[in-house]
Amino acid sequence: MTTSKQVQRLDRVVIRFAGDSGDGMQLTGDRFTSETAVLGNDLSTLPNFPAEIRAPQGTLPGVSSFQLHFADHDVLTPGDAPDVLVAMNPAALKANLPDLPRGATVILDTDEFNRRNLAKVGYQTSPLEDGTLDSFHVHPLGLTSITVSALVDFDLSRKEKERAKNMFALGLLSWLYNRPTGGTESFLHSKFAKKPEILKANLAAFHAGWNYGETTEDFAHSFEVSPAPMAPGKYRNITGNVALAYGLVAGAHRAGRPLLLGSYPITPASDILHTLAGLKAYGVTTLQAEDEIAGIGAALGASFGGSIGVTTTSGPGVALKSETIGLAVSLELPLIICDVQRGGPSTGLPTKTEQSDLLQAMFGRNGEAPVPIVAPKSPADNFDAAIEAVRIATTYRTPVFLLSDGYLANGSEPWQIPEVTNLPDIRVELATAPNAVDAEGTPIFRPYQRDPETLARPWAVPGTPGLEHRIGGIEKADGTGDISYDPTNHDHMVRTRQAKVDAIAATIPPIEVDDPTGDADVLVLGWGSTYGPISAAVRAVRARGGVVAQAHLRHLNPFPRNLGAVLRGYSRVIVPEMNLGQLSMLLRAKYLVDVQPFTQVRGLPFTTHELVDAIAAATSAIDAVRGTDEAPDEPDHRPADETPVGAAAPEEQATEEVSR
Amino acid sequence: MSTVELGMPLSGVAGVPTLDAGAPRQTKKDFTSDQEVRWCPGCGDYAVLATMQGFLPELGLKRENIVFVSGIGCSSRFPYYMDTYGMHSIHGRAPAIATGLAVSRPDLSVWVVTGDGDALSIGGNHLIHALRRNVNLKILLFNNRIYGLTKGQYSPTSETGKVTKSTPAGSVDNPFNPVSLALGAEATFVARSLDSDRKHLSSVLRAAAQHRGTALVEIYQNCPIFNDGAFDVLKDRDSAQGRLLHLVDGEPVALGVDGARQVVVRTPDGSLAVVPETDADPAAVVRHDASNPDPSQQFALSRLDGADMAHVPLGIFRNVERPTYDDQVREQVGSAVAKRGGPVQDTDLGALIAGRDTWTVGA
Repeated sequence: MTTSKQVQRLDRVVIRFAGDSGDGMQLTGDRFTSETAVLGNDLSTLPNFPAEIRAPQGTLPGVSSFQLHFADHDVLTPGDAPDVLVAMNPAALKANLPDLPRGATVILDTDEFNRRNLAKVGYQTSPLEDGTLDSFHVHPLGLTSITVSALVDFDLSRKEKERAKNMFALGLLSWLYNRPTGGTESFLHSKFAKKPEILKANLAAFHAGWNYGETTEDFAHSFEVSPAPMAPGKYRNITGNVALAYGLVAGAHRAGRPLLLGSYPITPASDILHTLAGLKAYGVTTLQAEDEIAGIGAALGASFGGSIGVTTTSGPGVALKSETIGLAVSLELPLIICDVQRGGPSTGLPTKTEQSDLLQAMFGRNGEAPVPIVAPKSPADNFDAAIEAVRIATTYRTPVFLLSDGYLANGSEPWQIPEVTNLPDIRVELATAPNAVDAEGTPIFRPYQRDPETLARPWAVPGTPGLEHRIGGIEKADGTGDISYDPTNHDHMVRTRQAKVDAIAATIPPIEVDDPTGDADVLVLGWGSTYGPISAAVRAVRARGGVVAQAHLRHLNPFPRNLGAVLRGYSRVIVPEMNLGQLSMLLRAKYLVDVQPFTQVRGLPFTTHELVDAIAAATSAIDAVRGTDEAPDEPDHRPADETPVGAAAPEEQATEEVSR
Repeated sequence: MSTVELGMPLSGVAGVPTLDAGAPRQTKKDFTSDQEVRWCPGCGDYAVLATMQGFLPELGLKRENIVFVSGIGCSSRFPYYMDTYGMHSIHGRAPAIATGLAVSRPDLSVWVVTGDGDALSIGGNHLIHALRRNVNLKILLFNNRIYGLTKGQYSPTSETGKVTKSTPAGSVDNPFNPVSLALGAEATFVARSLDSDRKHLSSVLRAAAQHRGTALVEIYQNCPIFNDGAFDVLKDRDSAQGRLLHLVDGEPVALGVDGARQVVVRTPDGSLAVVPETDADPAAVVRHDASNPDPSQQFALSRLDGADMAHVPLGIFRNVERPTYDDQVREQVGSAVAKRGGPVQDTDLGALIAGRDTWTVGA
């Protein structure tokens, strides 16, 4: 569909869809995202929803929202503040109003602004009438009633008709931003294939929303955001959990071993289980176990049998799996533990993001039980991180932590689809023959005889004749694998298991530092999902003439070999983390470098502007010590993501192109 | 990955490679590892180990395709002494680990060795879920009614009132009856045997190995250090005759010798009772039927066994066919793979990760 109204060109937009948990806001956001991806904008998304499936209708705890940032240039974050808020009821307005900058556009469903709903959220007077919204562009629409009247001829109950209002809103926004609609139409066709009346109603509501924008005078013109320049290639939009699942499948495929997932449902990791459960046609076996412990137990049993055993969970599940992870450390078998971190402690904030399981992954076991840790930096990067986890697990015969988080899991971004043949070749060899001889010269198998380079022991799976052996959690004699309580052997084994994990550093790339001028005093070091906000902040600081270096860790254990030297090369190192400084603690302990944590645990990603402030504060502190007057200007709180193209030097934009 | 036709009664070892034609017959020695057995002198575990090592050759399976998985406890040292593949895992988790192994490897005969604490206390959850799923596992539950490895605390099968280090005033816990529990969890094969009765134990192991699905075998096992003589009344020839009810399919459930025989009858209120055969109404005499899908009589038999061990049924309580979890999981995967077009090629994977909504950016 095309519009006949005037079209105004924009370089970037942040839209937030907000409504009741039952209003279908996540679906609406997902669809708008897909339309946007297909159009070729770069984008980043932030779903934000309550842990309750259906909190009481119309209340603040029940508000669910989906934020999408899309642009004609590369996008690093879901955006600090929305330019457009779609509020399906007073609760959605009230919950999101504090985030709205002056001049933002607000589209509201006036049908929901009745006395009862206003009272539910503590509005004494209607914000539509009392001046609350004076500084915004408000489009008050009877979304519900218009949708119902558009569906007057349908043989559906009023409630069923009302339920299509999210499609009306999607249609209107699709018109407003000139999105292609074919994808949503075919999505509805497949979703409601068995419910033709509901399908027709949803299509009708969707089209009615589009036509409403086209015909009413409320919207004078529509907007256009051109495709972003991207490297040539084939793209799709992908969420972190799906990318992680695909990465595991690809990793197992490249390793030449079958994949078995043992898992127990837990937010926000369940979608990985759902995705993999749907991939039976690709040889993937999934077990929904009776509990977290059985999930990882089944995975470890499968690893013993020669599969890539995987378990997926979040922080509380990791706590339950700790003992089995320790067993895997002792057995020296490949195993992958995907921890999609959420707010803690205990049940914490199940649907919100946090990075507070780093130390749990690092140390949360009895005894000296080192486990490598890999962390993705963006939703799509889960794919490559998962393959790397498979590589480490199979090469070194060790459990590996893959530390994602709620923001990466549910967030999405465009992804340049890789060629499978170009993925790392990580084929593993199983043991097939004896590896030693006994005193009489008879060939024997020693299950703990190690590869001198990797220190990995052979992966000898049941069914292999002549290699029958027994392994267990009791300390074993190196080489033979026999039970051993010998003090010297235990000391040797503890150190050997640590040395094996440390040896992985030889195969991971050195950390790269982005320090264009080479004379930065301040380094911002991040890990995991803070990559987007940190990069956006660094870009903003530089756009104003500030000088700052940036580096990001994929491997948290072991660290890249050059990390200590990198840290010592800067006067000040800032480590932004969504915890109380866990990486900072590790860095200080290992390198004796006085890194400065910059932390928040609000269950949401960092905003760009708070990081800009933190970097500015660090650089001014150094300048103050040096007695110079060259402190940067007061930050203008406008991250580079929000800087219109042209405001920053064009070279700056080009050089800061961030590969995904 | 092989797929299995469902609905056909299959042996528990179907799909497990057997010895090559002409290969020498296996002996007990083939299954004896080089590890020194370190149970206490007189432990019932020795007898079970010897029975197992003596029994396995008759299956004729390739040794490398047999796996023993255990948890923690005295009995869980078992895998170290078997010259097969084995894993001594962590407390209570053996059924979960064995499930992952069995699902992914239909060519293995997987045995779980566990104890009353391991299976019924810390690992109770995994046990009941393995039983309800009917994974093709053989679970040997060594029940000595005591915690041995931690030196003598009461277990979930210890009788009420038991005085131990942790219950100086006597245990107030009501014990589990493992057979009743397994039947309640809808197990498809449930049996009980005695550590010292090599012939009986071998026959139960034989039936368990043939059963496709989870087989739970409770083995009354003596702990000579912390609960010595717990089952002596069942082992002494004279006292055993008046207590052991041998379960034989199609036969009346009876004990004692001719002349003093007692039989199990169904009383008018529906419960079971043990009465002298001479007093029994022939129509009320209970005949054992392990293959009856309705478990109520099998369950009622399991309840005859009280703390006093006055009447202890021994043998196979239940042995019914039900599709196994692992066969069905493999069938779903296998048929989905076949339907898509066989083994996954790079191009298949490429199409998967690309999905349907893609766009191309030109150079």
